[in-house]
Amino acid sequence: MAGAESSAIAGLRRRGALDAGTATVWLVLAGAAIFLLIGCLRSTTFAGYTVQGLALGSVYGSLALALVLVYRATHVINFAQGELAMLTTYIAYQLMQWGLSYWAAFAATLAIAFALGTLLQVTLIRPVQHRSVIAVVIVTVGLFILIDGIVNWIWGADFKVLQSPFGFASFDVGGVAIPHKDVWVIGVVLVSVLLVWGLFRFTKVGLGMRAAALRPAAAALVGVRVDSMLAIGWGLAAVLGAVAGLMAEPFQFSLSPTFMQPILVYAFAAAVLGGLESPAGALVGGLAIGVTLTLIVGYEQKYIGSELQTPFAFAVLLLILLVKPTGLFGRRDVRRV
Amino acid sequence: MTALLELEDVEARYGPVHVLHGISLAVEEGSVVAVLGPNGAGKTTTLRAVSGTVRRSGSIRFAGRSLQRVGPDGAARLGIAHVPEGRGTFSELTVLENLRLGAYTRRGSLQPQLERVFSYFPFLSERRRQQAGTLSGGEQQMLALARAFVLRPRLLLLDEPSLGLAPVLVAELFRIVRELNEKEGLTVLVVEQNAHLALQAADAGYVLEAGRVVLSGSSAELRADDSIRRSYLGY
Amino acid sequence: MKRQIPALASLLVVAAVLCVLPFILSDYNIYLAAQVGIFFVAVLGLNILTGYTGQISIGHGAFMAIGGYTTAVMSRDHHTNLVVTMLMALAICFVVGLIVGLPALRFSGVYLALVTFALAVSVPFIPLQYSTFLGGVGGVTSSEEVSNLWIYVAAWTCSAISFLLAWLLLRGRLGRAFRAIRDSEIAAVASGVELPVYKTLAFGISAAYAGVAGSLFVLATNGFANPDEFGIFLSLQLLVGAAIAGLGSLWGILAGAAFVGLLPQVSSSVPVIGHDQGRDVVFGAAVILVMLLLPDGFAGLVARLRRLARA
Repeated sequence: MAGAESSAIAGLRRRGALDAGTATVWLVLAGAAIFLLIGCLRSTTFAGYTVQGLALGSVYGSLALALVLVYRATHVINFAQGELAMLTTYIAYQLMQWGLSYWAAFAATLAIAFALGTLLQVTLIRPVQHRSVIAVVIVTVGLFILIDGIVNWIWGADFKVLQSPFGFASFDVGGVAIPHKDVWVIGVVLVSVLLVWGLFRFTKVGLGMRAAALRPAAAALVGVRVDSMLAIGWGLAAVLGAVAGLMAEPFQFSLSPTFMQPILVYAFAAAVLGGLESPAGALVGGLAIGVTLTLIVGYEQKYIGSELQTPFAFAVLLLILLVKPTGLFGRRDVRRV
Repeated sequence: MTALLELEDVEARYGPVHVLHGISLAVEEGSVVAVLGPNGAGKTTTLRAVSGTVRRSGSIRFAGRSLQRVGPDGAARLGIAHVPEGRGTFSELTVLENLRLGAYTRRGSLQPQLERVFSYFPFLSERRRQQAGTLSGGEQQMLALARAFVLRPRLLLLDEPSLGLAPVLVAELFRIVRELNEKEGLTVLVVEQNAHLALQAADAGYVLEAGRVVLSGSSAELRADDSIRRSYLGY
Repeated sequence: MKRQIPALASLLVVAAVLCVLPFILSDYNIYLAAQVGIFFVAVLGLNILTGYTGQISIGHGAFMAIGGYTTAVMSRDHHTNLVVTMLMALAICFVVGLIVGLPALRFSGVYLALVTFALAVSVPFIPLQYSTFLGGVGGVTSSEEVSNLWIYVAAWTCSAISFLLAWLLLRGRLGRAFRAIRDSEIAAVASGVELPVYKTLAFGISAAYAGVAGSLFVLATNGFANPDEFGIFLSLQLLVGAAIAGLGSLWGILAGAAFVGLLPQVSSSVPVIGHDQGRDVVFGAAVILVMLLLPDGFAGLVARLRRLARA
């Protein structure tokens, strides 16, 4: 087999299992998991923080996944992904104000998010996609500002309350109080991610989207409408963002226009940590950041108060990019046709 | 009788660079036609003009209808399968997924088509869950051909299939192409540097030079004429 | 700066207009004109980075914050002369810019945008954490206040100096190296340009400019430096200004500075949308429209007009 492999394969791509770098990553992750497990068993506070960290981490991972989805398909970083998620959360709030139940509003919001995402790709991104990187960056940046303005205009900057049905009760698991809220958040994100994964893996549309992201020219030759696939990609990313926003809400206790901004930084860090092209990496990265930040802020309140979380995440981001620019699971960037 | 594919005075360019300066050719249904000529003559561009992957002007008619406004995905839907230079297979996807992509434009069950494909390329059946990138060069080329054939296209555009392949594999490839043509009635337009092999498998040929057709005829005629063979076909 | 010396005539016209303006404008409008001057300096700096070495930064607001806080803190605690604080801001930001620019070498396009974006979002949290020294939410106020006219003169004097400085720098070896890097990094390296040195230098220079602009910015708001003013919006304004400026002709930078300096002020009261909230909506929409219609910025518009004129 090795002899028959053409040079193209050997040179450019290495199967994940064979890469020494990836093996190290798995080892580190395993080590971290063991560390967490031991910590949870020995201290109920630690366990509490860990679970909360996982819940927050799944929110960050969901937004990170949205970023990766968009990046894989269109090689664009959507700086407005967080604000878009914030907008859809406000839309859910409004729907509830108009009388919808939480879950009805949830479902409706996801549908609206999808439509919004595809619309944005078609109207704003498609025209500038092929021009300079700066043009696309600025369009998403302009979108960031625009959405901020629109939300401030329609709903104002004062704090609002979005009542989630998760309540404030906790499960008692061996002496550790695990809030229902944390479990619900992890569960909802998990289900959403699984559904999206299923879409990609088992449906024709998903296959088309993967093909369009891998090699748009070759995909067009088999009849894939590449432009439509990209639009759908943005729609799905918006849905994942909406999930992130709605699941972040229960931790905020109130809704304000800037609530997704720090989360976007964490999501960037998570996406980069995982390697911008790896969905699994983004999720793992999100969980890692969530747990790490919660533990640090929980224990070292003196040195790293909650205000420094965001700069800390930035420092982590910087460090990762310096040490392993392709992230934990990333491969060297290969330009493909 | 109108040919399945007719090109008349087709010009094509990449940005400001004009590559085709008025190509005319015809491919009868059920035949194998070879496009030959030296590097840079515009052979690949000719195929791209048909599948709509390059800016072109002039008349291109497929089964009587104009392809002027049809892009690559539209061409695929009309039954034109283009196997590009570099094969156009997706290394990161499995063999089966690659084949499924071949059937992208049609709904319904894939099983019967897959069975037929596997009968021509039995090794693909064993490797169906393998990542396409782990196949050897020759196997990937077969995969590309198989993928193009899944939906029984009306026209197969084959670009430099022998590139980078060992002679044994190339001969095998052309044998399969000929078999598909004879048993399934597949019409093929093949671009090849290896004129000798191509003409053995083809019914007719066009020789291109600097973006123009300089010679055409049945493959028998082209092979028979010594001077043509030596000056244009290199053997 | 275009390769040709900007026509002396246009320079003189601009200078003349600037000298006359204070006499005919109301105090508020002088304030607005001063804002444009402040953004001129910052956009010029950022334009050197993006237009010349092709590095995207969405974080220069952070440098403005550092410059602004330097002025406020030094003035509050040590009653330092304001101009001296501006020089301090320039020096500090130059160094910080070099420090940021060094790791930035390893990132290309998108990654750099990401990192600088994270920088811009993160920096405002620092004064909140170290509130005793840096004032927290309440901010820091300098011990002196200055009039709008003072700011106007200071801003445009700095603009003139920075423009001249930039022109001199970019004329010679530095400029050629920068342009070579922008056009093709590989070719630049092949012809002996030491990439890391120049790219880092560009970062330092642009940061220094932003620092000075930040000082002026704080002074223009009654000497009050506080985290809210230095949020991500500021960095976005700078980047948009630099993008509109295109490849950095005098007029381009003026256009960019005017766009980002004036539009938010002017659009804060928009009918229907209401006071204060109109700013972001109009600005955001305007930015998107400009990018869709003029992806090459102002310079692209000029080029297009030239082509039309010739036809």
